[in-house]
This record gives sequence, C-alpha cells and structure tokens, in this order.
Amino acid sequence: MSKFAKKKDGEVPAVSTASLPDIVFMLLFFFMTVTVMKDSSLKVENVLPNASEIKKLEKKDRVIYIYVGKPTKEYQKVFGTEPKIQLNDKFANPSEVGDYVLMERAKKPQELQNVLTTALKVDKNAKMGLISDIKEELRKVNALKVNYTTYEGDAFRNLQ
Amino acid sequence: MARRAGAPEVSAGSMADIAFLLLIFFLVTTTIETDAGLDRMLPPIEPPDTDVIIKQKNIFQVNINKNGQLLADDELIDLKDLRSKAMAFLDNGGDGTCSYCQGVKNPESSDNPTKAIISLKNDRETKYSTYITVQNELVGAYNDLRNREAQRLFGRKFVDMEAEYLNPETPDDVKEQLKEKVKKIQELFPQKLSEAETSSN
Repeated sequence: MSKFAKKKDGEVPAVSTASLPDIVFMLLFFFMTVTVMKDSSLKVENVLPNASEIKKLEKKDRVIYIYVGKPTKEYQKVFGTEPKIQLNDKFANPSEVGDYVLMERAKKPQELQNVLTTALKVDKNAKMGLISDIKEELRKVNALKVNYTTYEGDAFRNLQ
Repeated sequence: MARRAGAPEVSAGSMADIAFLLLIFFLVTTTIETDAGLDRMLPPIEPPDTDVIIKQKNIFQVNINKNGQLLADDELIDLKDLRSKAMAFLDNGGDGTCSYCQGVKNPESSDNPTKAIISLKNDRETKYSTYITVQNELVGAYNDLRNREAQRLFGRKFVDMEAEYLNPETPDDVKEQLKEKVKKIQELFPQKLSEAETSSN
C-alpha cells in the first residue's frame, strides 16, 4: 500500500503558508509604527471654513496647533457656549496663548525654533474678537508665521 | 497511554487571522492627513524705526463690519466683487513705472504694484468664516496676478511653482532653479497685506 501513498515526483508541492503570519505581522508592525495617535482630544467644535488659495502644511514637526471653537456638548455645562481656546488638552484664556507658544517652542529642537508655524484651527462660527486677541498674543511672543487651517473648497460656501 | 504522551500542540493556523484582524484595525484607524490653510505673516509688534509716509491712493482699505458687509475704498461692495476690485487696484500702475501692468492706469489709484498696500480691518463681532473668505479673495487676487506674470515669463502657473518649491520631496537642484523664479514673481507683486487692530464697535 505504501506504493500508493507515495507522491509522484512530478507533482507540485502545496505552497507553504507557514510564513503568512510573519508577513502579516510585518505589515501590522509597519502600520502600528506609522499610526499617530492624536495627542489631544478635541473639546471644542471644530468645523473649519473653506478656502481655495491654500498651501499645505508639509512638516508636521514645525507646527504648533491652537484650537478655537464652541465647547462640545459635554463641556457646555461648565464652560458655556461661547467659543473658547483649547491648548493641548485644556481650555485657556487668550492671555495664556503666549506662554503656551513659548513652551511648545522650547520643546522643539534648536534648529526648528525659528521656522515654526502656528496653525489656527478655528471653528467657522467663532468671532474675530477672540482671534484678534490670539493674534495679538502671538505677536507679543514673536510667533509671526500663522496658518489659518481650512478645508479645501469654495470660499463662498462659508457665507451660507 | 500513548495519547497522554505530550500536550497537544496549539494550532497556529488562526494566527494569520488574528494578525489580519489587527492589521485591518490599524489600516482603518490610520489617518495620514495633511493640514492645509492660508499662510499669513503677522506684523511684528515693534513699530518700524522710520515713519513711512504712504499716499492715500496707494492704500486699498477693506473694512468688514459685524454683519459681514464689506466696505472697500468707502464703497459698499459684494464679496464676490472683491477679488476683481483688488486686482484692478494692484494692477493699476498709475504712475507708468510698471511695465508689466495691464491696468487702466488711473492716476487716482495705486502708483505701482510694489507700492500698493491692501489694508484689512475687521470688527470684533465679525464671523471668522467671513474673515477667511475675505482673506482668501485677497490672497487669490495676488495669486491671480502672479499666475498671469508667471505664465508670461515662464509659461507656468505661479501657484504650481511655489507648491513644487515648498514640497520637501523636490530635489535640491530643481528647488534652486525654482527659488529664483518664485522670488522674481513675488517681487513683481509683493504681498503687502496689512491688518489693523480690530475695532471694538
């Protein structure tokens, strides 16, 4: 009977799938390492306005983010419905923006400290008064390069 | 008793499935987003040492009130007309020193694109979205004019050239070439957009 059990020499052996887990794990580790978890969860509503003449913010490590908007539902009881500034994970007053920018700037490597951009992620329903206060603070700490972060789209859609 | 000889081997066949599950989770949650927006420079806080006298006709005053209405050079205009108005002002070339301008050469308007200043003023109650639209239109006016000149001189759009120049993946030698061109166009129509402090009422 062993005569039958023996495979013929011409038969193609099945492809071994033993290395499949390794390949998949390799991919998995790739995605695990490139995934950037958000370092701060948004506590404000943040629907950005549209603009068409935009430039991309290429280098992430040179950007300081400032969020402005109405506090989300769960925070409205405590903080009200007026637009607020969010720095990292907490709400802040306009007067704290300067310190925050200086602190963030100090965290960056020396050679990047002069080329930082401040990205203002402002909800489209915010009022300019608050933005002016932020801009004033930024001017005080000499962080003059700002980027009004927007979605790409027709700017006139903002007006509706 | 042969069956008890050793613990049965754990099947590794499902390992691939588990790994796939994790892989798909990370694939779905990964967002490789690039932020984009309007780049602006704020004016430095120290006033310049020398007082520069700017002729009134070289300033294009844009005012936004709290209802989102627009006052450009003391004229109530629609937001849609702002871009063409700003372009006409910048491109005017009133004193005839501007060889590339195609404007109407109105002596009452700006002398030269290099002298023309757009001043933007807004109310504290102005909505941010309106402000962004106005900024977008003003930047657009500059970009349109720069595109026109770049097309004439280099046969290519200015915004494309600038995007390629700013892209970190562009090789250095190409960058070097583009730098010259981008600079040249920027000098033809320098972006002089001044933002006054907001008024409180």
